[in-house]
Amino acid sequence: MKIRLKNKIIGGTVTAASALSVILILGIIVIMLVVTFIGGKDTLTWKFLTTFPEEGMMKGGIFPAIYGTALLVIIMSIAAVPFGTITAIYLTEYAHEKSWIAQTIRFAVRTLATVPSIIFGLFGLGFFIKFVGAGMDNWFLGGHLKWAQPNLLWGSLTMALLTLPVVIVSVEEAIRTVPRELREASLALGATKWQTIKRVVLPGSVSGIMTGTILAVGRGAGEVAPILFTGAAYYLATLPTSVSDQFMNLGYHIYVMSTQSANVDQAMPIQFATTLVLLMLTFSLNLTAVLIRSRLRRRMK
Amino acid sequence: MKEAKIITRDLTLHYGQKMALNSISMQIPEKEVTAFIGPSGCGKSTFLRSLNRMNDLIPSVKITGEILIDGLNIYQKKIDVVNLRKKIGMVFQKSNPFAKSIFENVAYGPRINGINNLKILTEIVERSLKNAAIWDEVKDRMHDSALGLSGGQQQRLCIARTLAVEPEIILMDEPASALDPISTGKIEELIFELKKSYTIVIVTHNMQQAARVSDYTAFFYLGELIEFGKTRKIFTAPDVKHTEEYITGRFG
Repeated sequence: MKIRLKNKIIGGTVTAASALSVILILGIIVIMLVVTFIGGKDTLTWKFLTTFPEEGMMKGGIFPAIYGTALLVIIMSIAAVPFGTITAIYLTEYAHEKSWIAQTIRFAVRTLATVPSIIFGLFGLGFFIKFVGAGMDNWFLGGHLKWAQPNLLWGSLTMALLTLPVVIVSVEEAIRTVPRELREASLALGATKWQTIKRVVLPGSVSGIMTGTILAVGRGAGEVAPILFTGAAYYLATLPTSVSDQFMNLGYHIYVMSTQSANVDQAMPIQFATTLVLLMLTFSLNLTAVLIRSRLRRRMK
Repeated sequence: MKEAKIITRDLTLHYGQKMALNSISMQIPEKEVTAFIGPSGCGKSTFLRSLNRMNDLIPSVKITGEILIDGLNIYQKKIDVVNLRKKIGMVFQKSNPFAKSIFENVAYGPRINGINNLKILTEIVERSLKNAAIWDEVKDRMHDSALGLSGGQQQRLCIARTLAVEPEIILMDEPASALDPISTGKIEELIFELKKSYTIVIVTHNMQQAARVSDYTAFFYLGELIEFGKTRKIFTAPDVKHTEEYITGRFG
């Protein structure tokens, strides 16, 4: 009797605590959405999304920031997804679980995931711009300054480094869920290891690769620190036309509007509207990732 | 006894420190069905998986002794495992079709061998499905997912997939253990047909099945080959008492 009462009390407490934390989390999200929605809804129009900023960015739209963010995540994905997928294939299919090289790579990936994003920005500045870019200028352009400055390519590659662990971990997980029986079936039919990976393992991991990509894109679209020194511009009158151009960015635009503007009252609605755009972008990307994953899982069954 | 297709000499296999097979010597005849019986953990599946070097996938496995197939030692360094496995098909305990269409499942083997001509592939697929006695059930839905088939159909599809590579030997690891009696019956009929063209080795838990389908039976116990001979003899007048005890159900 006593024990039953004790169990009841514990059970009730745990249930209440769980309910409370769920409400808290949902509450935070709802407040975030409601506040940004109220603050931004009058400014957020089709015109706001499709036009350039005007009058010292106090009027007009944010099209260049949307465009720049899109280019950033596309180039970033082109770099991070194949690289991350190949790494994941190596780790799961080729490296022995306990070999020093596999353990070193895993340790590096875990460490990479914990590095503060501003450090990636500094690394990008030091490595891509001051080392690779300056080297390219010296060797190919006779010292003419072109690559040794912030641009879309260096910003995207820096962001790719930041999102690499996300891709690697998602793809690795997906590859591990491909049943051993299917690999054995393929090998028993006389397929080589690579044929098995290409025709059985990777098709079975498509959902993982896609969710990894989308999660990486969601992360990359929201991060600002890595591109602070490596490519994002405060304001540009024209859209970037080459990877050696600088670009505007949604996250950076929010930062600029909230810290650098002279007129707070005028900047506020633009901040809210930009925040709303960025939130909707990252939310919808994550939602897409969830949907793709569940749809592919269902199809696998 | 027909000519021996597979000969093993003193085959010993260790998983790390643990001995799983102890000095197995056996001659498996060509174009007959040989059944491996014995209680769980007796080494019969391990032995079967040594025959197409499937155990290579497990890093801790160490093998000594010889396995000769058509007189050639398959554990020699210069043996190409990929080619070896084309010659030796395998059907697994759990049916394991790929998440592809019925057609693509059967075409998988030919495709990895570089056959991409659709006409040739279609011929191979049709012939293989017919030989696996499943053609009539799937001919109208070749491009549907293989995962929509029943368990018994999936297993016959896996057999068709194996046949498409044109092996000489087919290893079956408890191919009917997860199937209902009707599907099991179909698989057994199929084995009877297939032995005209293939050397078949089948691991089974089911003693009646071994008695029904096989020409030769090997009884394994604790990693040792206790007795090997004609199925009729093993089941009626075994030489070893141990075999008799197992077959009559006194232990196992």
